[in-house]
Amino acid sequence: MENCCSYYYNMDILIKEYKSLLTGALIVLEVATGHLTLGFVIGLLLAAMQVYGNRFISFTAITIQKVLRGIPALVLLMLVYFGLTSLIDMSPVVVAIIALGLRSSAYQSQVFRGGIQAIESGQREAALSIGMSRLMTIRLIIFPQALRLVIGPWTNIFTMEVKDVSLAYSIGVLELLRRGRFIIRYTHGNAMLIYCTVAVFYFIIVRIGNTLLYRLEDKLLIPGFERRGGKK
Amino acid sequence: MSDFLKLAVDILPTLLNGLLMTLQLWVLTLVFGGISAVFIALARVYGNKPIYYLATGYVELIRGTPLLVQIFIIYYGLGDIGIYLKPFLAAVLAFSINTAAYQAEYIRGAIQSIRSGQIEAAQSIGMSKLKVIRYIIMPQALRIVIPPWSNEAIVMLKFTSLAFMVTVPELMAHGRMIATRNFRYLEVFSIVAIIYLVVVLIFTKLLDILEIKSKIPGLEARR
Amino acid sequence: MAGKLLIVENIHKSYGDLEVLKGISLELGKGERKVIIGPSGTGKSTLLRCINQLTPSDKGKVWLDGVEVTDPKVQINRIRQQVGMVFQHFNLFIHLTALENVSIGLTKVKGLPKKEARQKAMDALQQVGLADKVNSYPAELSGGQQQRVGIARSVALNPKLILFDEPTSALDPELIGEVLNAMIKLAKAGMTMLLVTHEMGFARSICNEIIFMENGKIVEKGPSQQFFSNPKHKRTQQFLHKITELYGEGR
Repeated sequence: MENCCSYYYNMDILIKEYKSLLTGALIVLEVATGHLTLGFVIGLLLAAMQVYGNRFISFTAITIQKVLRGIPALVLLMLVYFGLTSLIDMSPVVVAIIALGLRSSAYQSQVFRGGIQAIESGQREAALSIGMSRLMTIRLIIFPQALRLVIGPWTNIFTMEVKDVSLAYSIGVLELLRRGRFIIRYTHGNAMLIYCTVAVFYFIIVRIGNTLLYRLEDKLLIPGFERRGGKK
Repeated sequence: MSDFLKLAVDILPTLLNGLLMTLQLWVLTLVFGGISAVFIALARVYGNKPIYYLATGYVELIRGTPLLVQIFIIYYGLGDIGIYLKPFLAAVLAFSINTAAYQAEYIRGAIQSIRSGQIEAAQSIGMSKLKVIRYIIMPQALRIVIPPWSNEAIVMLKFTSLAFMVTVPELMAHGRMIATRNFRYLEVFSIVAIIYLVVVLIFTKLLDILEIKSKIPGLEARR
Repeated sequence: MAGKLLIVENIHKSYGDLEVLKGISLELGKGERKVIIGPSGTGKSTLLRCINQLTPSDKGKVWLDGVEVTDPKVQINRIRQQVGMVFQHFNLFIHLTALENVSIGLTKVKGLPKKEARQKAMDALQQVGLADKVNSYPAELSGGQQQRVGIARSVALNPKLILFDEPTSALDPELIGEVLNAMIKLAKAGMTMLLVTHEMGFARSICNEIIFMENGKIVEKGPSQQFFSNPKHKRTQQFLHKITELYGEGR
């Protein structure tokens, strides 16, 4: 009971520290954008390898995915951190982007592969029959359609990846969670309040992101192309 | 290379101890989380307005915030207001609460994919709503949900590594301990990674077999 | 009125603005068999569902053997045990074998011991000619077989009356015969039946009375023999003409 009442006193800690938390939120966005982009590029590559590559290339892609998905994110972060920082000096933020990006690519490639394969056959034949080259077919016909198909499931990935940025805490990235912990340490308490605030921040970021993605999906909707994939 | 193997053999026993703890965390999470998930799903599908909103709010909140933050709230946050939980307990609690939210969504999807004709037929032979849920809907929903559930189970297995952050001596924690003593971080964590990989592959295969064994002709997820 | 097994009085049902049933009344005595015919979408299925309240009616009453089914205080599940229903799309429980489909009503609804329920279920399946398929799942059975299991499922509960909602409409032509035969057997055994069907020849041969519904109202009803040879309303004549064109007379 006493603790609950003293909370009202401590609410002003939030007001004092909001700057730090806000910076933390920005770092979250920075890392998220970075690693989602990296994951996007590599994921696309892996998906293409799986769909268009020969047996060997496809097998390599599949194995890479299996490994990246089979290791906990935390372990991957540690591996990349200790692996890379022993060679070059780099900031934890970059390490986080690389590690999380690699992992994200495995999940994103699955989603892309699904999208590509859904569009592939009929459309490809039509394009080839009017004389398009294979590359042109992929670039102009397959990918644009697959991309629209893929926004739904990709929204799930987005949500997952933003939350995973909190794991970067473990290698020293000064994102929301770590800053929260600092605040708790030098104000000697308020753990519940601060952590709940951190949770709310993440929740808001995730929500805003999801809403923007839905708007994007709406904008790109072509009649006949239903919304695919689960929301959230 | 031989150095690496020598190290692996040396630390394996300690790591396997950690693995045991990991598996304990995992199994308890799946059990508590799974049972809770059924009730939450039922609340979302059949609950009246207040129950529905409660369950929905819970699911949205849990799925929208990071697991690590949830663990911290339960371990450090509750401690802050006077409820002190042992790390293992806090971890299981946090994991269960988290996985329940995700599993509830899968179960809800499964329930809603069951054709209404099944329910009509059950009612026509005089089954009460409770009986319909118990004997017709749940047996079908639980089978339909096996693929996404297996997925979630494997995801949870990997997330047990987060328990290391609240001092639970599972696999990750043991790896860290060893590495801070012999400074061979990269090698130790590589071995830890390999162990996770092997365990994940084994259980993925086992769950695939489970899916095949429980198949009833005609009962597949209607996507 | 007294003594009739099923009394349907002035049933109304609307879906939003659309009134599907506009005051339907009919009766069924014990052992009687009646068939409802009419164009699709005139509410025939809805009427059947109002009788066992799978679809609650908006206005009007239904009595089964003296008990008012439409009374909100009545235990509807008890009533439904006494009214069997056979569906157009079979609606067998897909996670149960044929035997389990038939016995689940006996064990879980009526509360019979397992052995007794099993025996009764076996008997019911034997009667419809499926003794060799008791351990098959619905997905492994043909449409005709599934529907026969559906009939067995209703019969096993020893109902006072069975409602048939277009039982053969979803079947391939060559499978219709086996289901109709099962229904003839039931009729011969004295079951009270209310059918909705397009199978004119069949309906005529086993039913005492034919009811013609259109646009949510009963246009005409009468004993089978007269009905086909001497329909009174023009609409009835038109409909019968069309129907016998499409589906033929005998089977």
